[in-house]
Amino acid sequence: MNRSQQHSPHQKMNAYLYDKTFEGLLTAVFDAYSRKIFPDVLLAEGSMLPLFTEEVYTVYTQDDKADRVWKGIEKKLTAGACRMIRAVWLSEEANADQLLFRFIRKNLDSPTSIETNFGDQDVLAMMKLAKSVNFEAEHIRQFVRFQKTADGVYFAPIEPKYNALPLSVEYFHDRFSDQEWVVYDTRRKYGYHYDLKKVEQFTFNGKDPISISGRLHPDQLDKHEPLFEDFWKSYIKTLTIRERFNPKLQRQHMPVRFWKYLIEKQ
Amino acid sequence: MNDQLLDKLKVLAESAKYDVSCSSSGTTRKGKPGQLGNAAGWGICHSFTEDGRCVSLLKIMMTNYCIYDCAYCINRRSNDLRRATFTVQELVNLTIEFYRRNYIEGLFLSSGVINSPDYTMERMMQVIKDLRTIHHYNGYIHVKAIPGASRALIEEAGLYADRMSVNIEIPTEESLQLLAPEKNYQSVFQPMKAIQQGIAVYQEEKQTIRSTPRFVPAGQSTQMIVGATPENDKQILTLASSLYHQENMKRVYYSGFIPVNEYDKRLPALKQAPLVRENRLYQADWLMRFYEFGVHEIVDEQHPDLDLTIDPKLSWALRHPEFFPVDVNRADYSQILRVPGIGVKSAKLIVMARRHGRLDADKLKNIGIVMKKATFFITCHQLTAFTVQEATPEYVRQLLTAKPAKKRGVPLNQLSLAFPDE
Repeated sequence: MNRSQQHSPHQKMNAYLYDKTFEGLLTAVFDAYSRKIFPDVLLAEGSMLPLFTEEVYTVYTQDDKADRVWKGIEKKLTAGACRMIRAVWLSEEANADQLLFRFIRKNLDSPTSIETNFGDQDVLAMMKLAKSVNFEAEHIRQFVRFQKTADGVYFAPIEPKYNALPLSVEYFHDRFSDQEWVVYDTRRKYGYHYDLKKVEQFTFNGKDPISISGRLHPDQLDKHEPLFEDFWKSYIKTLTIRERFNPKLQRQHMPVRFWKYLIEKQ
Repeated sequence: MNDQLLDKLKVLAESAKYDVSCSSSGTTRKGKPGQLGNAAGWGICHSFTEDGRCVSLLKIMMTNYCIYDCAYCINRRSNDLRRATFTVQELVNLTIEFYRRNYIEGLFLSSGVINSPDYTMERMMQVIKDLRTIHHYNGYIHVKAIPGASRALIEEAGLYADRMSVNIEIPTEESLQLLAPEKNYQSVFQPMKAIQQGIAVYQEEKQTIRSTPRFVPAGQSTQMIVGATPENDKQILTLASSLYHQENMKRVYYSGFIPVNEYDKRLPALKQAPLVRENRLYQADWLMRFYEFGVHEIVDEQHPDLDLTIDPKLSWALRHPEFFPVDVNRADYSQILRVPGIGVKSAKLIVMARRHGRLDADKLKNIGIVMKKATFFITCHQLTAFTVQEATPEYVRQLLTAKPAKKRGVPLNQLSLAFPDE
């Protein structure tokens, strides 16, 4: 069942305004249940209201309310479905919040979890979007290329389609625990830094160290770095079997949007 | 010095590239604080070459010098090509430096045979031992077991490797003897057996002593060259199936023969590698591993070779119209799995979703079923019954193999002049 079926065209809409944070969304769920009025649209504070708005309600994000809703969700859904909710939120897609709201509501209203009801459009849409986000997180794990800097830090810029970097941080933490590293999302202007003790999220204040090419300046690199990049490039080149040449297949597995940061594609 | 190393890298990657295996799956190993590396369990492809193949491991030969003269191998003794040998230290450094930059999941070490199988195996073992014990490297390691190497060496290598493999290369011993007179099946199956027994011993000892060191936790794999010798698909798949019956044989790879030594008259002259056949063999392999098919269902006396125009699952379905239609709202998982157009994932989704309510054609399509194929093999409470039974297998086959160009101007649904009069 989708929203359009629930509403005949002449009915007016309820709009909820919120701060576009995940906690804000959960607070909206809490408020909707306590007011018994459910939003037809979720909008960022300060955005234009649609025509025929019946009522506008502004959500004030409160951590305790958000917490209670999240605990309720965790109690009802499997851990996998909870991860799915997080992934869909990280998609940053325009309608992801309304999809999440409907999905959460359907689950809360049902006596048992509906997360496996793939005949339901919202459940299916959640699954598909979460899959795309998780795919992007896997792409990050696949295609991040560290460059060793002169001060011994392994640095990697990346520009994922979704905000999937938080889903990949644990991989880098677990794998590269004896080297200092930075992975930086150049589109969202934040990254994670591991200092051999802990991983922390950071932003560069003011100056972005990355040139337009997306790479560090040669002066900033360790003196052996060009050597290993050369090795890697030659290795990949040698490995190609000419009799099986199939660049379309290559692009299918390794989307061109990542090539900017792939050493072997420079 | 560095130019020399770069040269070696090129020569020895060139020599290793015809090995198909690249998978880094099968082991999950958490990283250790302050040490390098872990194993991701599902395997990660870090790059793709221009032929579209995944690059997961640093796939490299220790040396491409070889005392053997196998007709199908690019590194055979009598070939005039550039030869090189890595030192243990060079290989260790290269692996670590590539790994630190997230280029690779680990090392896949293979080698030509120099001096003797034992000498070769010992040096390979030294590489992976140094990685594990001196550099505390916890990433993935796949190492070839050299046919003819002593059991003790293979057992020691098994302590450091995640996966070990011995390539069968040629699907019958008769053909192997023809192309590689210095080898026989015993030399291939002996190390395979040694690895298998090592794993069995480990699994038994682990029951009582938890700290028993791991032994080849990701199991074994092997490879067969397809199209270099006259074996049919039935022979190839029967061998693969019997290998899969050993518990720790995880993958059998099929490598479409690429004529690397064109001058050798024992080998067929091919214009192009048999890629379609290779693909069909992989599909058949998948059917055996994930779709609960027995090898005799895929190929038999009447059909010793796979159909190159349609996939083996559709081929089976058309030979067994009596099995269909399958009612997706009621049938068992294993029955649904047999429907062409429904994969493992969709079959699981169907079984979960139907608990919440009946599934119709729209919902099936949304879930991701290829209705174009599946429609002839299923019923759900709303599809009209025009299944393989009514349409006849010949007609369904014709519909599904028709080239799109021929249908120009005629929409698919108008083709249902359901009377194949040809």
